[in-house]
Amino acid sequence: MLPRWLKVTARLLGSMLVTLLGLLALTFFIGRMLPVDPVVSIIGEQADQSTYNMVYHQLGLDKPLPVQFFVYVRAMLTGDFGNALFTGHRVADDLSRVFPATIELATFAIAIGVGAGVPLGMLAAVFRGSAIDHVARIIGLLGYSSPTFWLGLMGLIIFYAMLGLVGGPGQLDVSYIDIVQPHTGFILVDSLLEGETDVFWNALSHIILPASILGYGSMAYISRMTRSFMLEQLSQEYVTAARVKGLSRWKVIWRHAFRNILVQLVTIVALAYAFLLEGAVLTETVFAWPGFGHYLTSGLLAGDMNAVLACVLIIGTIFIALNLLADVLYRLLDPRTR
Amino acid sequence: MSQAASSAAGLRAWLTAEATQSARQARLQRLYFSWLRLRGNPLAMLGCVILCLLVVVAIFAPLIAPYGLDDQNLAARLSPPGGAHWFGTDDLGRDIFSRIVLGSRITLMIACLVAVIAAPIGLLVGTTSGYCGGWVDIVLMRVNDIFLSFPGLILALGFVAALGPGIRNAVIAIALTAWPPIARLARAETLTIRSSDYVAATRLQGASGLRVILRHIMPMCIPSVIVRITLNMAGIILTAAGLGFLGLGAQPPMPEWGAMLSVGRQNLSAWWLSAAPGLAILMTSLAFNLFGDGLRDVLDPRAE
Repeated sequence: MLPRWLKVTARLLGSMLVTLLGLLALTFFIGRMLPVDPVVSIIGEQADQSTYNMVYHQLGLDKPLPVQFFVYVRAMLTGDFGNALFTGHRVADDLSRVFPATIELATFAIAIGVGAGVPLGMLAAVFRGSAIDHVARIIGLLGYSSPTFWLGLMGLIIFYAMLGLVGGPGQLDVSYIDIVQPHTGFILVDSLLEGETDVFWNALSHIILPASILGYGSMAYISRMTRSFMLEQLSQEYVTAARVKGLSRWKVIWRHAFRNILVQLVTIVALAYAFLLEGAVLTETVFAWPGFGHYLTSGLLAGDMNAVLACVLIIGTIFIALNLLADVLYRLLDPRTR
Repeated sequence: MSQAASSAAGLRAWLTAEATQSARQARLQRLYFSWLRLRGNPLAMLGCVILCLLVVVAIFAPLIAPYGLDDQNLAARLSPPGGAHWFGTDDLGRDIFSRIVLGSRITLMIACLVAVIAAPIGLLVGTTSGYCGGWVDIVLMRVNDIFLSFPGLILALGFVAALGPGIRNAVIAIALTAWPPIARLARAETLTIRSSDYVAATRLQGASGLRVILRHIMPMCIPSVIVRITLNMAGIILTAAGLGFLGLGAQPPMPEWGAMLSVGRQNLSAWWLSAAPGLAILMTSLAFNLFGDGLRDVLDPRAE
């Protein structure tokens, strides 16, 4: 008899692999419906017919579609995304260079989202119908409805251009660039490792605004979900029973109700992290943040399909993986699903 | 006057009568009671009022806008909000208020076009999947899952990259990302309808599967699809604005709100370039969210 967790994981992994294959088929299809002839984009309009035929053959375009798809899948699985024409490097190298910046930003943002969203949602549930509940609802609604890139722009205008409280676009001021050697790729961590506190504070002043704005979106989501999870728990009989037993109100909320929503919260935070990656594309463009979102939009504007499709594929894979993680965690940690 | 009042009272009596004479009266009564409940929700009404205003503004845009779309006044470029230009002027001296008013047409047009394209696709896929079951269901829902496993904006970016920038391609790309939730909903509805007696009766009369789906199942799914679309509209508008902002949606001379914001990004010191179009986007998507939430509460009492 296999252990339960192994069976659950195996089944979910199987379903993930099918979705991943579909994802590959989708990016393959997008790449093939390109109105631009990939051969012409390599050799130019002037080349003669024999050169055209040669490149056509080299790209494998004369093979049947299923074979082309197989070749494509094999290349993608081995991390060979081709070359990015607009940077002149391999896409895989580019991505590993830009990804730490995005992870740093997204992690900072999710910390803000969880740190503010969970308490807000708890308070809204405990004091249901009170002023704080309404305030939480309005904050959430505005978070859902605002274009994040606009919030970023207004943040830059107010806190950078007008008040000068925070650093401007980019990860660092120009004078601080290239002081710190990349160890982990995360500037906040690297600067502390080297003891360059100036660089650390400068980096912090640059990350705080984009991270807050990204984090606001996930805060709206997390607080709304926390509220509904808490309301569900607070209506249960065990809460009344614990109160009757003489436990204080906050003890019941903290020790019993909150502990019971932890599993659901972990799932929600994993999903919120995935959605941060989507928000990062626009936020990074506004803040000229040298992460993958910035890379993706630069590739788009340069019409570089290799870079764009690699980004789409990687985000899709991260999405699927985080969904899977949330699913597995939920099934393993929640005793009711046994 | 009194005649109008008495006929209004008569209409209300007809709409609230306990015994209905016709199916149409019963249907209209249900709509009327839904409307009464919606009217009791102030936030939903606020959203409704904003949306109605937006539609009016869009219809009469050329009459409302004090300046023309491309009236340039280079002497007054980048002038701050004031008497002559309520929301200021942009980098070419064009009146921002006029451009926002005229831009409401583009935003509403994108939203409507996406709904018109995505809803039928979603309905057809969802009802077919639910009605046929078996391997058709498995394949269609797998495809659906793949689309759903993507964040909307990223997938739209991928499609726009392949199709090329422009407002038409942006609409197609957004529509391609908007149908999966509708399909999933329509499938769930179909599963509950499929085994009902009237569907069995229609089939016994010799109706083909296609006819059953098109004439007898799809109409039943339409109300919930409308609610779903309204709820998704805010996201659609934000995605369209994001594409415009990145320079992949509506192209610059067009007064699309997102594209106007990308001009604001190049002139951070002129805050009014960014403030007004962004507020317009925020108001529109907020209105759709408020109205959609209210609509869901009215039509689906199970939801909290």
